[in-house]
Amino acid sequence: MSTVQDFRKDFDILNSGDYIYFDNAATSQRPRQVLDAISEVYKTANANPLRGLYDWSVAATDAYESARSTVAQFLGGVKSEEIIFTRNTTESINLVAYSYGMDNVEAGDEIVVTVMEHHSNLLPWQMVAKKKGATLVFLEPDEEGVISEAEYTSKITDKTKIVAVGHVSNVMGITNPVAEIAEYAHSKGAVVLADGAQAAPHMQVNVRELGVDFYAISGHKMLAPMGIGALYGRKDLLEKMSPFLTGGEMIEYVTRTDATYAELPHKFEAGTVNLGGAVGLAAAIKYLQNVGFDKIQEQEHRLTKLLMDGMAKMPYIKIYGSKDYTKHCGIVTFTMEGVHPHDISSVLNDDHVCVRAGHHCAQPLMQFIGAGSTARASVYFYNTEEEVERFLEKLSGVREVMGYGA
Amino acid sequence: MELKQLYREIVNEHNLHPVHKGKMEAPDLVLRGVNPSCGDDITLSLKIVDGKIEDAMYEGSGCAISQASVDMMADQIIGRTKEDAIKLAGTFMGMIKGEVTDEASLEELDEAAALQDVAHMPARVKCAVLGWHTMQEMLENPEKAQQ
Repeated sequence: MSTVQDFRKDFDILNSGDYIYFDNAATSQRPRQVLDAISEVYKTANANPLRGLYDWSVAATDAYESARSTVAQFLGGVKSEEIIFTRNTTESINLVAYSYGMDNVEAGDEIVVTVMEHHSNLLPWQMVAKKKGATLVFLEPDEEGVISEAEYTSKITDKTKIVAVGHVSNVMGITNPVAEIAEYAHSKGAVVLADGAQAAPHMQVNVRELGVDFYAISGHKMLAPMGIGALYGRKDLLEKMSPFLTGGEMIEYVTRTDATYAELPHKFEAGTVNLGGAVGLAAAIKYLQNVGFDKIQEQEHRLTKLLMDGMAKMPYIKIYGSKDYTKHCGIVTFTMEGVHPHDISSVLNDDHVCVRAGHHCAQPLMQFIGAGSTARASVYFYNTEEEVERFLEKLSGVREVMGYGA
Repeated sequence: MELKQLYREIVNEHNLHPVHKGKMEAPDLVLRGVNPSCGDDITLSLKIVDGKIEDAMYEGSGCAISQASVDMMADQIIGRTKEDAIKLAGTFMGMIKGEVTDEASLEELDEAAALQDVAHMPARVKCAVLGWHTMQEMLENPEKAQQ
């Protein structure tokens, strides 16, 4: 049975010095298996996929489409043509906002989001609402980060056309009741998109069981390279939607003034595709499946408990979100009395500890919880208890550096 | 200077015990300066008499470096002419960018020169220059800051 120490050996950067990387919610590290897979496909099967009629292009196409099928299996055994490769979650959501939202939302309609959304699942809907004269409605959580049934059943109405909700909050770490929200939204005739950027790295996702119509993920948060992401979309919806970007690769037949579009999924993948990214994402998924989500969660829970217990001993620290360490997805967002989060992060950096500070691309949530800015430590399965202990020791020294006595 | 030393020897004193923080009665110029990405948010007030800065005060919140920097800046600009203060802002920002390093120029900045090492901390540059940038903006474009 592999241990955390075994997995760590696959991550060269984690063994390159004494840095503690606790900013996994921003981006994960990448194991050698992923980097090797990218390098390998470019060394052995490099040609423009989906175009050439010769062996190398066929091999590139096979690698690319096989990666798509890996993603389709990973998200719950959906059809391959329901998986669109994008750059990241942001692009996936923009695709839905432009290609579905702009054609299906009218003046007077409502789009429901939560106040916890990352800007990537807020700004596209602000854009649609502004251009179409629709209204954005916000679901708000309680102190523990929970969106209650009363909250979503009162705010999702017959006027609601789209419900866009983060599966896991990148600040609170809380998992939202996406399946329940989706079921209710469907009963009101709305379509549902879940932003899975912060969920897919940590749990087995099944979009059919969640009952969502669209699901967006980013590769870079789950061991894959930056610049590759995916969108799951229900086939009947994708078929009716107009292309997001137009150009090469996404056509069937083109005249001087008109064009017909390729079949799914290529209709949504204009231009030369990201072969290395797709292959890297497939390798990352295989790596995660080999580790196992039960083991990933076990380690995250162990570390989050240690973190929260240790921070609870520092009376000047306030932790946001649930008191239950199993409801954080490895994310612990906090503030320190009298010390600005940027100063916390800079002082910790001096001790070779990497944590995020700022608004975490979720300014409406910051306003809602009444913090201009927060610090965030986020762990992944390759982090260790020893790292948490060292982090806590360094954290407990920050106030002294900032002039608050010993 | 190491970061921790910088905090301990310079920044903390101005951050925790600022001299120029507070609301100014009847200021001549007032301007808000914000670093949206980190939440540093100051409002700088100046009293100008015969082209000279007679008093400078600020309100707001932010990280220790932004707050200490604006407090130190107030120390340095009180008593200077507007032109002088604008020139000094140029020197400070040049220092933070690593472009101004000669001792004579740095001496002009007096205590504010202690932030020189922020030049090696790209993530904190915006914090250090917020006050100076705001001051320069209000003196060069007083119509934006008129009361």
